[in-house]
Amino acid sequence: MSQKQIAGVTIDVDDEGYMTNHAQWNRDVADALAKEEGIDLTEGHWKVLDFIDKDFKEKSAVPGMRRINKIGGIETKQLYSLFPGGPIKKAARIAGYPKPVSCV
Amino acid sequence: MPNDDKIKKVSIIVSRGSLEGVYPGLIMANGARMEGIDANLFFTFFGLHAIAKKKMNKIKIATVGNPALCVPTPLGSGMPTWMGAIPGMSWIATAMMKKEMEKIDIPPVDEFIEMIHDAGGKIYACKATVDMFKLAPQDFCPQVDKVLTVGEFYEMSAGAQIIFT
Repeated sequence: MSQKQIAGVTIDVDDEGYMTNHAQWNRDVADALAKEEGIDLTEGHWKVLDFIDKDFKEKSAVPGMRRINKIGGIETKQLYSLFPGGPIKKAARIAGYPKPVSCV
Repeated sequence: MPNDDKIKKVSIIVSRGSLEGVYPGLIMANGARMEGIDANLFFTFFGLHAIAKKKMNKIKIATVGNPALCVPTPLGSGMPTWMGAIPGMSWIATAMMKKEMEKIDIPPVDEFIEMIHDAGGKIYACKATVDMFKLAPQDFCPQVDKVLTVGEFYEMSAGAQIIFT
């Protein structure tokens, strides 16, 4: 658990860089976190991030691959091309949520 | 945080055609892709049923000779092994298991293969088994990338961890 300065605010993060207090998150923070992953957020990315945000508020968990596909309406291929090399983990981190705990 | 010892590539062999034989390999392959790890799936012997159009959605739990089988929960009371041989038992056990799997978003086999393939995982069939079972390309689901010999499997597994299931 530590703190870091990003996009002009202080955020609490865990050892792996996932935010631990979602109240500190905003869209500028997301942009900055995405830059750390080498990603420039586009409308396509925001569709994924907004779905994770909405779903987390309902289910208190980061949605899995299938849920993002079936309910979020985002194709698996697209998800991998938007967030290469670990899509859900990266998207969850940028969305300001904890590391996903689902296996699928 | 990432370190240099990170696994970069896995080659997973699925050799069995029962539900409990097929799913671990699929879950591990999909999980690998979710971690950004390259994944090859190689289906051999009865594992080939998981990519055969007519068989892939009829995969069942083996109830005969399975002393770990319990009803209704895996940690509930055990079931005498002879009961596994009662007609319809495999069907019932499979239906119950699938219901639980659906709850935690584990997809049916055809959808799972498609998901892994869309995620960039490669799907291969074993040549020896294809010849032995007298199968043709049209017998397989469209996600199958290639029929491979064992030699080719080792070639494309260079640098990978090989996992036999």
